[in-house]
Amino acid sequence: MKQHVLAVLVENHPGVLSKVSGLFSRRGFNIYSLAVGITEDPSISRITIVVEGDDYTVEQVTKQLNKLIDVIKVSKIGQDSVTRELALIKVKADRKSRHEVIEIINVFRAQIVDIARDYLIVEITGDSDKISAMVDMLNDYEIKEMVRTGAIALDRGSKMIKYEDTDRGGCFNGNNVL
Amino acid sequence: MKMTGAEAVVRALELEGADLIFGYPGGAVTHIYDALHRSDIHHVLVRNEQAAAHAANGYARVTGKVGVCIATSGPGATNMITGIATAYMDSIPMVAITGQVPLSMVGRDVFQEADITGATEPFTKYSYLVKDVNDIPRIFKEAFYLASTGRPGPVLIDIPKDISMATLDFKYPDQVKLRGYKPTYEGHPGQIKRMAKAILESSRPVICIGGGAISSNATPEIIELAETIKAPVASTLMGIGAFPGDHELSLGFLGQHGVYAANRAVSEADLLILLGARMGDRATGKTQEFAQRAKVIHMDIDPAEIGKNVEIDIPIVGDIKTTLKELLKKNISRQDWGWLSTVKKWKAKTEGVGHCTQGLNPMEIIKMLSDMVPEDTVLVTDVGQHQMWAARYYKTRKPRTFLTSGGLGTMGYGLPAALGAKLGCRDKEVILIVGDGGFQMSLGELATIVQERAEVKIMIFNNGYLGMVREIQQQLHEERYYQTAMQGNPDFVKLAHAYGIKSFRVEKEENILEGIRQLLEYKGPIIGEFVIDPTANVIPVSRRDNDETTRISSAG
Ligand SMILES: Cc1ncc(C[n+]2csc(CCOP(=O)(O)OP(=O)(O)O)c2C)c(N)n1
Repeated sequence: MKQHVLAVLVENHPGVLSKVSGLFSRRGFNIYSLAVGITEDPSISRITIVVEGDDYTVEQVTKQLNKLIDVIKVSKIGQDSVTRELALIKVKADRKSRHEVIEIINVFRAQIVDIARDYLIVEITGDSDKISAMVDMLNDYEIKEMVRTGAIALDRGSKMIKYEDTDRGGCFNGNNVL
Repeated sequence: MKMTGAEAVVRALELEGADLIFGYPGGAVTHIYDALHRSDIHHVLVRNEQAAAHAANGYARVTGKVGVCIATSGPGATNMITGIATAYMDSIPMVAITGQVPLSMVGRDVFQEADITGATEPFTKYSYLVKDVNDIPRIFKEAFYLASTGRPGPVLIDIPKDISMATLDFKYPDQVKLRGYKPTYEGHPGQIKRMAKAILESSRPVICIGGGAISSNATPEIIELAETIKAPVASTLMGIGAFPGDHELSLGFLGQHGVYAANRAVSEADLLILLGARMGDRATGKTQEFAQRAKVIHMDIDPAEIGKNVEIDIPIVGDIKTTLKELLKKNISRQDWGWLSTVKKWKAKTEGVGHCTQGLNPMEIIKMLSDMVPEDTVLVTDVGQHQMWAARYYKTRKPRTFLTSGGLGTMGYGLPAALGAKLGCRDKEVILIVGDGGFQMSLGELATIVQERAEVKIMIFNNGYLGMVREIQQQLHEERYYQTAMQGNPDFVKLAHAYGIKSFRVEKEENILEGIRQLLEYKGPIIGEFVIDPTANVIPVSRRDNDETTRISSAG
């Protein structure tokens, strides 16, 4: 199913994340990934949500998100954007295999951030496909532990997702002229 | 001014004009109650917190003001959930206040702790857990604003006990700053233009009104619209009263349990104008088959409702009243080429009330009641067959005079809602129609009615069954009646006497008129028990469509 990336600006209050994630489970929308962090304005957090679904679903998700009082703005990230995920991977690398593992890591321009006698921790950033490709390769050497973040994304060029005082907030006209 | 958190709560309520509130005390709210005691706010002591919320709902609906209810922490708060959810589904403006265990104890499962903001998250428009006593003025200001603007709804404020004891310097803000909340009141001019054009191009227009038309107080504009564009008006359950039921353009109640004329007109329309109607499943039946021939215009203040349930050609986000006023400035007057006379024929074909041999005919009673009551009478229903009969056969003439739990379909709503309604408009007649099942869900509130000397006129439609479910068992489960016969019902007349409420029973057809007259003439609360034919159904057998999905989904 098609994936869509939404950037959601929210009030930086406790409990807001649970309101946003609760909305997804309640209305039966599927979240592929979710990442949250502070923005250039410390009173605003930005949640990047990757949702799966058809156009109807994405429209419903957007409208329901907009309805939450703590949601300041919802924007769709377009094709022309930079998307990144981060993964930390602990992979088996003993004397015999270490060389080959490092070679793979280099090809993906990932970094070794910890090394022990039999293990390495690799840090990789990139889009989802790139990380999956490396995971696929490292699987031959036994991945012991892995952690991945959700995607974060910014539109390229001058396009910016920011709160402006003139914004219509929760309900805006542009959105309803379908 | 220096005061305690509890005093700040009461001061804020006073400043918001909340002169009447419904509640039930407990350990976590004693300080708030102590402060209430010293104020002019009238507190109504209900018998169960659920009733506090339903009563606030009834009060809000007749007055158009924000209803306020209050409960203690833990069980007090959880008891109130059904009432909050009921208000949420029907978009009723309400502020619910709950006590909470002291902030330092929150999260440790101490005595009477319940995570009420978490529990009500899906059914509140917004909720607050007060963590700093200095936030009380701002939070109350915001809560009343949120509850009553845009698409109205319940807002919950959870106040830890130590917060209500702490002191603050009280200053009430005169503005709210909520950057994530800016409802759109004015419809987009371009969309209004498209709407006008669609109206002029139509030959079989139908208007369909919902609860939003009532919240927006748009009745005068809707009447003008219907008369100008010569369109008949159908209503969802929540929209009843937004257009006068005795107007010649009124089609009546739409949907699965709706009347023939309304359903027929909607399915034949070439233009359907939805005004504040979310077109829930009960109103549309199968959405694929709903208004197939029509171009659909949907006007609603909540953009999330537009396109959610039915496909829309012209969406307009805005307040119904404000936006219709703009529309009516345009030239939208059109000629009628026979559509209205066709519709008139369908109206004349309204289903009869059938025959009842094993008891009184409920439909006949409602028709008689409808003809006898003053025009501004408030009719409150509970949930079940009687509710559908009331929606079909009672002619509601004014907005805010037909109160029912539409979205959640909460049995037990009727009695406390009627109490709240009566206290909101003592000058009007308030009549409750309730089944023997639903009546017993909140009959404890008879005591509240007595305590408040609320002259509620109660009609118990006693069919000895959970009638709506019995009907489903008859039609879908081959008459296997199980757990729907209300054996053990009390003698309702004696029960009323025990509360000191005047009462009587009607068993014969010839006494119906006298019974209704007695209800209307008596000054004081009164209960009339009408012994109804237990076999009477909402869906006439002739219209049964053997379609499991439609029938199952009509389980109340
Ligand atoms: C709180 C609640 N529980 C259960 C139901 C399901 N239900 C809908 S209608 C109904 C029967 C109502 O019976 P009664 O109050 O006697 O009214 P009648 O249908 O006979 O008019 C039931 C059980 C409900 N709507 N609400």
